[in-house]
Amino acid sequence: MKALGARSAFYVGFVVGTCTLYVLLRQVGFTRDLGSGESEAHEKSLLEMVEEENKNWKKERSALFNLNHPHHTGEDGTLADTLYKHVRILCWVMTGPNNLEKKARHVKATWSRHCNIVVFISSVDDPDFPTVGLNTKEGRDQLYWKTIRAFHYVMDKHGDEADWFLKADDDTYVIVDNLRWILASHSPEDPVYFGRRFKPYVKQGYMSGGAGYVLSKEALRRFVEGFRTKVCTHTSSVEDLALGQCMEKVGVVAGDSRDTLQRETFHPFVPESHLTGTVSKTFWYWNYCYYPIVQGPQCCSDLAVSFHYVDPSHMYLLEYYTYHLRAFGYKYRYQPPEPNVIQDFNAPAPDKVETGDIEEKLGVEQQEGEKKSPELNEKL
Amino acid sequence: MMSEGSSFMKGMILGGIFCLVMSFFETFNSGTHSEGHEHLHHHLKPVSKDELEKLSESQMSDWTLQVRVYCLIMVTPKLLVHWATANDTWSKHCDKSVFYTSESSKALEAVDLQEQDEWARLRKAIKHAYENAGDLRWFFVARPTTFAIIENLKYLVLDKDPSQPFYIGHTEKSGELDYVEYDSGIVLSYEAMRRLIGMFKDEDRCPERGHALWKTPEEKQLATCLKYSGVFAENGEDAQGKGLFNKKSVSSLISDNMGQNPADAVEACCSDMAITFAGMSPSQMQVLMYGVYRLRPYGHDFHDSLTFLPPKDSDND
Repeated sequence: MKALGARSAFYVGFVVGTCTLYVLLRQVGFTRDLGSGESEAHEKSLLEMVEEENKNWKKERSALFNLNHPHHTGEDGTLADTLYKHVRILCWVMTGPNNLEKKARHVKATWSRHCNIVVFISSVDDPDFPTVGLNTKEGRDQLYWKTIRAFHYVMDKHGDEADWFLKADDDTYVIVDNLRWILASHSPEDPVYFGRRFKPYVKQGYMSGGAGYVLSKEALRRFVEGFRTKVCTHTSSVEDLALGQCMEKVGVVAGDSRDTLQRETFHPFVPESHLTGTVSKTFWYWNYCYYPIVQGPQCCSDLAVSFHYVDPSHMYLLEYYTYHLRAFGYKYRYQPPEPNVIQDFNAPAPDKVETGDIEEKLGVEQQEGEKKSPELNEKL
Repeated sequence: MMSEGSSFMKGMILGGIFCLVMSFFETFNSGTHSEGHEHLHHHLKPVSKDELEKLSESQMSDWTLQVRVYCLIMVTPKLLVHWATANDTWSKHCDKSVFYTSESSKALEAVDLQEQDEWARLRKAIKHAYENAGDLRWFFVARPTTFAIIENLKYLVLDKDPSQPFYIGHTEKSGELDYVEYDSGIVLSYEAMRRLIGMFKDEDRCPERGHALWKTPEEKQLATCLKYSGVFAENGEDAQGKGLFNKKSVSSLISDNMGQNPADAVEACCSDMAITFAGMSPSQMQVLMYGVYRLRPYGHDFHDSLTFLPPKDSDND
């Protein structure tokens, strides 16, 4: 009995010893794949990345100013560049301190790089990210307060530096180049705003918050003025509906953002839901859309502008699909017409001479703004 | 009690030493092996942009004709949804696409090979394709769980002569054998097909039914037969050396690259001219179809030297 016990103890010990050391070795990274080489390469690229970022962005006044419209190897981006210079979009992203690492930084690393200016709106100031804190708390009931204050903030600080003002969530993916295509046919002096149009509650309809919406400069002026004269107030926390009601009151038109084949460009869900038609017929969506709902391939324009409920890895996927992956030599079925103002755009951009209170208020900051624009004009 | 304890300890120590010795041995071995094989590894890249720009109109139209592809899609009724998706999406971009099935399905059309064995089925399909190729000179073999961007395949083989033997895809190594992974699609030139079919007659080196107790996957059997006829696997990659044939889905590849440095996730993940992805669900394939053939940023143009027109009677591309 004793001999048997000793032998099996030996075998058990052998197995335990092998397993323990195997696990230990794995942890230490003894296997060929892991090694100091890889972590070095990673560190190098981090440094390079930070340098790259500083070349492409100027962080100033809690906003990110785009210095270089992102270009892709082998592409001819002249048309996109022309639109970039003449259809200046300020993107403000609704986020919060708990979502900076989880969501907002992925927005920063992907689509927001195509905006002319980006402002991340939070309840807390963070000069590093950077985010702007707006004297609000966090939570769904604060959404309209954040929106009101955000629009006032961008009007005040950046009113002269952009023509259109886009609001997006930190789980919205926006293709800014396509937004410029739509907006190029309109003037920023028109009182108009665009997004995914919903029909209930507001006579002219209102724009879905999650799918993102964009105000012309005149629309923004009227929004701010509306609050000054108390025509508009904080009526509810349902941000998109409340804003839509204000817009109607101040005479801002709810625009039609569909492409020339009447296909939607702003989308309240991820591409999969629209393309594979998986939105249940009893869902609120079916009663909300202003225009007839199409499911399947014709749900979405080739020049889609936005999708919502996009999680971080999905953001990179959409960035890859939009800006990177392509079929060599493929002639797209949909050939979108060039916005007819492109001809005017090819003339050199005139120096903006504006009058009004806002300019005086900005004072020094305005001069700073002008220092920036020559840089952008030089690229012409 | 004491003897058991000490036996246990002796056992543990010996086990530990055994493990250490094995890992040393393994790393040493794989070290020398991979170095040696690196040199034999064939890398196939597309023609450079400069070369393309130098070509004449007539050369362009010759190449456009020469580069047409016959797709063999190996299906089974079990994969019905993927079969339907492949039928509805990427296969429409092949110049000729034929579905080869193990048994017929009432829902979808296919050449019924009435064969349950995968290797035997593949052999039959290859013979059928070669006989029905017409004047098509490039062949692409895939399961419906793969998604292929045929235009990018054409770009890869554009300047390659199909009367030479080519066997291209995502290559892997099994001992001494370099083979192309089935999941990420297999490309064969006309000459490779011809030699392969010749080798099918050799029951010793390229048997139809293996005699081993275990079944060798058909991708390796294919590689063996091709090797005997002098055709070797080549890894398809872009000008930067990134693999064009992927055995994973786009989302897995992105997640893999997100860990270290998320901002690089897109750059590092996949080539712009990727040819295949595998392991995607039918819905994900519909999204990929939209992402490749439709979704794009306005104002960014690529003036490619060749033009491929969209297929007739299709609305998702």
